[in-house]
Amino acid sequence: MSQAATLDTHSHEAHSDVHLDPAESPLTPESWGKLGMWIFLAADAMTFGAAIAAYAALRMDNVNWPDPAQFLGITFTAIMTFILIVSSLTMVEALSSIKHGNMSRFQLFLGLTVLGGLAFLGMQAREWHELIWDKGLSIKTSLFSATFFILTGFHGCHVTGGVIYNSVYWFRGLAGKMDRSKASLIEIAGLYWHFVDLVWILIFTFVYLI
Amino acid sequence: MSSATTIESAEESSYFAIFIYLSVLTAAELAVYAWFPGVVKIAFLVALAWAKATLVAMYFMHLRFERRTLAIIAFIPVVLVTFLTFMLLPDLTARLWAHADAHQQIAAPSGESSAPATPPPS
Repeated sequence: MSQAATLDTHSHEAHSDVHLDPAESPLTPESWGKLGMWIFLAADAMTFGAAIAAYAALRMDNVNWPDPAQFLGITFTAIMTFILIVSSLTMVEALSSIKHGNMSRFQLFLGLTVLGGLAFLGMQAREWHELIWDKGLSIKTSLFSATFFILTGFHGCHVTGGVIYNSVYWFRGLAGKMDRSKASLIEIAGLYWHFVDLVWILIFTFVYLI
Repeated sequence: MSSATTIESAEESSYFAIFIYLSVLTAAELAVYAWFPGVVKIAFLVALAWAKATLVAMYFMHLRFERRTLAIIAFIPVVLVTFLTFMLLPDLTARLWAHADAHQQIAAPSGESSAPATPPPS
């Protein structure tokens, strides 16, 4: 791939009548999409990073910070973490299937990815329900609850977005509108989904375990 | 073309191995959480979390097989957030000092004065 791209650049340099910036020419529509998603993810990572840094500063400044295990179920959320990791695996399997043109396998694995996301959201809803109704926490209760609800809530919104994003392609595939030529769309959707998994890995450590 | 195919199959054959690594590292996190004390626990947990995040980015998000430009884009937020954390720390340290000063000033004249403790002038 990269060899072909390099050759392409050289040929543009040789024929000066082609009005293309050599640095720009290797970018195909697919790689523009990928680049765009990466730039979005970098911006999104800054938002999450700022929220986590603010949480760390508040927590270090506050000697009365409760032990998270007092409120949060570690085993329960470890299962949530595992579900997201499994859904990342099914996402890469879906990508590998569509690259090979195996569309029924693609539908199966993309469907499993969506189900994984829904299972995660269901478990998070159960966790929030328990915290709000049984333990009486709200975003106003303490700095602990405020940072907890903001960080996990913002992440939960991202999971919801990812479930919608992936379901769009699942339903399109059901309608027979997906084929091997759409593999790069799935790769880009996968980038978003793995990023959501990656952020949860960090939140699980910083909010639940530490 | 043949080299591209090899890279692609290497990419795909690693998926399940990466999944196993991620599961094992999650189990390791839970073990560290249960058995390690204080600061050691925090250090190990942070290291394990970054190891997992790196595995996801390198293999599931294919950064290892991409042009370096994408890796640079991905790495910039890590650098900036690290800076941000250290920018927040001096403020934090200053406030902790202010706390310590306030405690000393309240504690020192406690035997003589009945006046309510006032916060130190800022």
